[in-house]
Amino acid sequence: MPETIPADSVGLVTPQKLVHDAPIDLDCGRSLPGFEMVYETYGQLNTRKDNAILICHALSGDHHAAGYHSMEDRKPGWWDTCIGPGKPIDTNRFFVVAPNNLGGCKGTTGPMSTNPETGKAYGPDFPIVTVSDWVRSQALLADHLGIEQWAAVAGGSLGGMQALQWAIDYPDRLRHSIVIAGAPKLSAQNIGFNEIARQAIMSDPDFHEGRYYDYNTIPRRGLMIARMLGHITYLSDLSMRAKFGRELREGKINFGFDVEFQVESYLRYQGKSFVEKFDANTYLLMTKVLDYFDPAKDYDDDLSTALKDTRAEFFVAAFTGDWRFAPQRSREIVKALVKGRKNVSYSEITAHHGHDAFLMPIQDYMDALRTYMNRVAQGGAQ
Amino acid sequence: MSLLRSELRMIADWIRPGSHVLDLGCGDGTLLRYLHEERQVTGYGMEIDQDKIVKAIENNINVIQTDLDAGLSEIESGSFDYVIMSETLQAVRYPDKLIDEMLRIGAEAIITFPNFGHWRCRMELFYGRMPVTPSLPNTWYNTPNIHLCTIKDFEQLCEDMSLTVLQRIVVDRDHKPSATAWLLPNLMGEIALYRLQRQ
Repeated sequence: MPETIPADSVGLVTPQKLVHDAPIDLDCGRSLPGFEMVYETYGQLNTRKDNAILICHALSGDHHAAGYHSMEDRKPGWWDTCIGPGKPIDTNRFFVVAPNNLGGCKGTTGPMSTNPETGKAYGPDFPIVTVSDWVRSQALLADHLGIEQWAAVAGGSLGGMQALQWAIDYPDRLRHSIVIAGAPKLSAQNIGFNEIARQAIMSDPDFHEGRYYDYNTIPRRGLMIARMLGHITYLSDLSMRAKFGRELREGKINFGFDVEFQVESYLRYQGKSFVEKFDANTYLLMTKVLDYFDPAKDYDDDLSTALKDTRAEFFVAAFTGDWRFAPQRSREIVKALVKGRKNVSYSEITAHHGHDAFLMPIQDYMDALRTYMNRVAQGGAQ
Repeated sequence: MSLLRSELRMIADWIRPGSHVLDLGCGDGTLLRYLHEERQVTGYGMEIDQDKIVKAIENNINVIQTDLDAGLSEIESGSFDYVIMSETLQAVRYPDKLIDEMLRIGAEAIITFPNFGHWRCRMELFYGRMPVTPSLPNTWYNTPNIHLCTIKDFEQLCEDMSLTVLQRIVVDRDHKPSATAWLLPNLMGEIALYRLQRQ
């Protein structure tokens, strides 16, 4: 709830909507008859239309990347630390575009949208999309905005995977690919966490095989547990220790199963508030998008072959305290790019915040990103 | 430690135009930038220090944050024409293993280091103190230099590792090749530059 809008904020923003009337084919073999995509923009597109940055969101993100929707908002957009006038992604010189991806639940066509064939919400019938499908739909948004080539495509986590896929799928349509806290594919451990999240949702009696909209309910408990689990994997042991320790809410243990430790209270709060603002079918879908991401699989599992025709310059960043997508995973991307003699810079930021570090205003991270964005603004490297 | 213009020149003179190079401990990227401008090289710098990473990005070079002590196993054999390590050898944990790695991933290695056999170092040791010189400005307790060597030591290592010294330049304290440094390199040379390959 900002009393006044901070000077380095993009201020009050209003989402816009792309209505795409033609069918779009999806990797799963199905197609959508058309789609709507909500997005926000910050800054001004210059006359040469070469200063546009595409921001890709992660698992539970959306198009609201920066600024406020109203003076009543408690928090700004999810990447407000990085986007704004004078911030690393400086809206004084860049035109920033942030869409909500297909399958989302914040206004873009997804499981909550009406299936024209049935006249009811898609629910579990919404096709499972992929990162490539997202990139294809984002390219249609670029067409709509008259952007032939992005100055950069940037994102953290699942957003970074989109930035990587962009470089592979549309080598000529971006000059820089900015992959933060990403991975070239999920590990078995990553997929395992996603599966527990899905099982939590799907085993909730209120799930009704994904048709809970028809029953006027939501799988509240399942989605809450999924989020609680997810949340732990976004933090680190150290950051949880620093934040909660073993602190007790009432200062003593009560030999019961109610909330006793602060960390329990926090996780329950995070889970409960998430349930109110996110759709369970979308959550299921997003975890599948993550699980399926593997750009090397069509190239004999060789990532450098997958990246062979890319023309973008890459900036890859990872955080030492991130165990969900550890620096090792980012280095796999760097290794493949070095093998292919591609332009890449890599920064491994010392930070204990866990995976969520990519959302935090960590000085070293801000400095590195800001400096790289200067390079983007200047139009290139060697 | 940043290289002087004369040393940049000497290294550049050894490098074929258009080569693909890796610069270990690239600092702010001065050398790579110079090599790109003078020799049209492509390639990467590796650096561990975050502030230098930012400066290297500013310098428009490809820089990869890496701990050289963790090794170069992620880089494939024969990836580079030259692997350069300029005034970093003495600060790494396993100099011999790193040199071996340099010549696995690169066809040739270019290594420069401060000569601990320089008369000034010898003088200070003679008077019972650890040397603090222009090329070794740190005191014993805060120096990153944990594997100092003399020119003789280094050449012994090259022999033990069956490496061929293709070229050597020894410069004096003005960072220029001089007659005295040429005649008595291990005594008069302050910094040594080597170009090596496997026999």
